[in-house]
Amino acid sequence: MSDIPEELQYTKEHEWVAGLDDGTTVTVGITNYAAEALGDVVFVQPPDLGAVVTAGDSVGEVESTKSVSDIYAPVGGEVVAVNQAVVDDPSLLNSDPYGDGWIFQVRVDGDPADLLSAEEYTALTSGES
Amino acid sequence: MSRPTPLREVHESLGATLTDFAGWLMPLRYGSESAEHNAVRGAAGLFDLSHMGEIFVTGPAAADALDHALVGHLGALAPGRARYTMICAEDGGVLDDLIVYRLAEETFMVVANASNYPLVARELTQRAEPYDAVVEDRSDAYALIAVQGPRAQDILSGLTGADLPGLKYYAGLPGVVDGHEVLIARTGYTGEDGFELFVPAAEAVALWRALSEAGEPYGLRPAGLSARDTLRLEAGMPLYGNELTRELTPFDAGLGRVVKFDKPGDFVGRAALEPVRDVAPKRRLTGLAATGRRVPRHGYPVVLREDGTVVGEVTSGAPSQSLGRPIAMAYVDTTAPVDGLAVDIRGAREAVEVVELPFYRRNK
Repeated sequence: MSDIPEELQYTKEHEWVAGLDDGTTVTVGITNYAAEALGDVVFVQPPDLGAVVTAGDSVGEVESTKSVSDIYAPVGGEVVAVNQAVVDDPSLLNSDPYGDGWIFQVRVDGDPADLLSAEEYTALTSGES
Repeated sequence: MSRPTPLREVHESLGATLTDFAGWLMPLRYGSESAEHNAVRGAAGLFDLSHMGEIFVTGPAAADALDHALVGHLGALAPGRARYTMICAEDGGVLDDLIVYRLAEETFMVVANASNYPLVARELTQRAEPYDAVVEDRSDAYALIAVQGPRAQDILSGLTGADLPGLKYYAGLPGVVDGHEVLIARTGYTGEDGFELFVPAAEAVALWRALSEAGEPYGLRPAGLSARDTLRLEAGMPLYGNELTRELTPFDAGLGRVVKFDKPGDFVGRAALEPVRDVAPKRRLTGLAATGRRVPRHGYPVVLREDGTVVGEVTSGAPSQSLGRPIAMAYVDTTAPVDGLAVDIRGAREAVEVVELPFYRRNK
């Protein structure tokens, strides 16, 4: 069973969002469920540093052996950090999706899109598996 | 609802990710597909290929029937040997690519792809009708387990008294492996040495467990369809549905050598294939290697780097473990400049280099 940390928030696109409670800067990654579905991640293209993104936009991509998926912005704002470590070593998304495998940070501007609680995301993924 | 193979429970107990493939529930991967790929290149991998079809053609005129039905010359095949061949439609289009084993003078086993074998069985039955031969689809009776990789012979030799060193590439013989009567074939789809074991379906689980145990000291790992696909791609082997289709002739695919015009008698597809045998096709199956890290995939357009003019289409593509960068096979216009190609990867032109096929060749 995929692990889904309680303290994070989630999107229907299988991303996690951390730090929304402080209301300023959030960290974004893909969930363990997504990483397992992709298989070995071989390439990550995060959004550009400094880019201004809108919630719901496709801002990057993740490629695995068998498939490619978009990375979406779960919230709007400015991209204030991207994780060079996952660009250099994409397997971090498989080995530590909620930790060293984070992808980018956004300084939040305006309301986030509809985010899911851990409980809601658990329900979503158990419906899909 | 996908059909499970006789090994489904084994796959589930190993925690495999299962996927539908051609109507079958197959293991996609057990853990990391890269690790499975590398195990096959460096040690050995264990594959469930029970979705493949086994069609037997037997009788005094079995060889003649196959020589009429297929493009190859199976009558020339010695008992105990196997051949890669194809079945074509009247118009020369490829219906499937096959491996045919001549098990005895009057007994042939035709191994067809999962997606095609019901069609192949129907076509063979129809085409063999005038001959003194019987066509029987025995796919349900067999499971197929492959051991592939440089340690395959070491692993198998611990379980059988069969003369494995004497078994040549593309040969098959009946043998006993861990007490199970199987057909041992030295064939595969990975670019490595290896064996394919055709075993009665009910004995598949026991044979898998025996192989798994015998292989452990050698680094054998179960490997899924994902690794199988990247292994065969590196080895430049065609996949039906990608490099081979109903719309292409064997000559279009650069595999005209499998068509034997000099065999006795007529064969299905001859009239259409004879005129095109010496005509250079407009597009050639070409090996591509990406210079960046984005992966060219099935169906993406091959374009000119300069202005985006479409000059071909990717048939298979994947990140390559052995080359360390993405690779692809594509049909590319023979007139296109080899040093100016790109693949349109979701709207962006990514430069690719033309490289010789196969991408990977094992050291013999």
